[in-house]
Amino acid sequence: MTRLILSLWLGLFPAVLIAESIVLGLSSDQVRITTQFDGSDILIFGAVKREAPIPKNTELDVIITVAGPSEPLTVRRKSRQFGIWVNSEAVEVDAAPSFYAVAASGKLEDVIKDIEDLRYKISVERAIRSVGAPMTIRNAQLFSDAVIRIRQRENLYQQLDNQVAVDQQTLFRTAIRMPANLTEGDYATRIFLARGGTIISQYETTIDVRKVGLERWLFSLSRTQPLLYGLMSLAIAIAAGWGASAAFRWVRIR
Amino acid sequence: MLIYLPVAEVSINAFLLLGLGGLVGILSGMFGVGGGFLMTPLLFFIGIPPVVAVATEANQIVASSFSGVLAHLRRKSVDFKMGTILLTGGLLGAACGVVIFNYLKALGQVDLLIRLCYVAFLGIIGILMFIESVRAVRKSHISGDTTPKKHRQRTWIHSLPIKMRFRTSGLYISAIPPLLIGVVVGILAAIMGVGGGFIMVPAMIYLLGMPTKVVVGTSLFQIIFVTGFTTLLHATTNYSVDIVLAVLLLIGGVIGAQVGTQVSTYLKAEQLRVLLSVIVIVVCVQLALELLIMPAELFSIESVEHVR
Repeated sequence: MTRLILSLWLGLFPAVLIAESIVLGLSSDQVRITTQFDGSDILIFGAVKREAPIPKNTELDVIITVAGPSEPLTVRRKSRQFGIWVNSEAVEVDAAPSFYAVAASGKLEDVIKDIEDLRYKISVERAIRSVGAPMTIRNAQLFSDAVIRIRQRENLYQQLDNQVAVDQQTLFRTAIRMPANLTEGDYATRIFLARGGTIISQYETTIDVRKVGLERWLFSLSRTQPLLYGLMSLAIAIAAGWGASAAFRWVRIR
Repeated sequence: MLIYLPVAEVSINAFLLLGLGGLVGILSGMFGVGGGFLMTPLLFFIGIPPVVAVATEANQIVASSFSGVLAHLRRKSVDFKMGTILLTGGLLGAACGVVIFNYLKALGQVDLLIRLCYVAFLGIIGILMFIESVRAVRKSHISGDTTPKKHRQRTWIHSLPIKMRFRTSGLYISAIPPLLIGVVVGILAAIMGVGGGFIMVPAMIYLLGMPTKVVVGTSLFQIIFVTGFTTLLHATTNYSVDIVLAVLLLIGGVIGAQVGTQVSTYLKAEQLRVLLSVIVIVVCVQLALELLIMPAELFSIESVEHVR
């Protein structure tokens, strides 16, 4: 609740001050994971509403972030022991989003100051909450870097510099590609307006990522009725085994 | 054609899965192995989360083994008495194996355990089998005799109590060794996410002295129950059985198993064993190299289990 109030406050208050706020559109506010799901392109577009003339001295920049549900992670590092590579050190990451994309109208580090990044947790590095490393481990930073590196390789974390198109300092749009291996949940979507490296306005919405139809039914059955689900899996396996055997025998007799 | 797997939460080409299932199914039918020792690493490789791969593979093995065992039933090459004793041990072992698995999972060493088990067992069995089967093939070439030589030595196995007569296998031995083999195979099956046929088949041939023709059917019979039990354990504790993945793999698998059973009737038992031992050694070397060579990525991510 406090977060909601805070975001409303952040969203409204600067708008009153600077008189620039966001009107948003989404190509869809729902991603439906069906049997044929292989990723989804979300088109995020909007306009800047203002009560005052466009400021002349600075350019308007737009930053858009989409974050999947956060979850705690264990990150392990291998080292060589007795000639083979084994997991030896582990660090818990309190919360890391399962998906995170940040698109900006310029290079992200040019668009906002470091202090603003720290406050709003915009860049991929800041979006991962602090790492709770045991005292015995030096270079805990390496572990959170590894999370970013591995997830960037899987396209789960994306930093998209120069990917937000801004027209006439008023209209903006970007497309974010969500990969096939998405986790279900509410994807928090934030849009920031920045001038001269400072955030002047913020808008938040969510994109709902849900399994539907058969996917939904199987997934919830596996969680709510695991024994029934397991027996069903076995029944299918036995039936398929018998079916194939019977079919082949029929083919052979003919 | 891409298909989204509801539990694994990834999108995979359906034909790739059908093909993998078919390939491993052929091996299953030919050798009486579940094929899990090949399929599980292949599933990791195409991007299925390991926990899901292990659990789903168990379910798929049920299907291909059931299909295989029906073919063997018609040829009367299943020793039910021996199979029942093996599976009693197998169920006990599987339960122990799951306990060990969960303990090491908490320590973060379950991957290492799985790999070390693979390397050790595949290495020992592959080499022993290769030497023995090459020798057998050579002998049959020299003498022109195609029937496998039965050389029954009287070892410690024959001096154990609780002797039973196994008519189908033509054996009169103690029930203790098959029971123990069942337990060991059950433990390994639960830890390694395989049916355990590749361990049980050589154990039945070399330790118990069962005839090769009966070994395959009996091993498949036992595997059905142990993997079925493992599937239920995984489904109820880890929620990690993906039914869509299983169906795709088993469609390919059951067809492959039938083809494999047919192929095996045209090949000589000794040749089958040479082939199987070569496959086992190749998989072993591959896994050993992964442990010895410095990995490209030293870090790995594991999501902390949600309490539901």
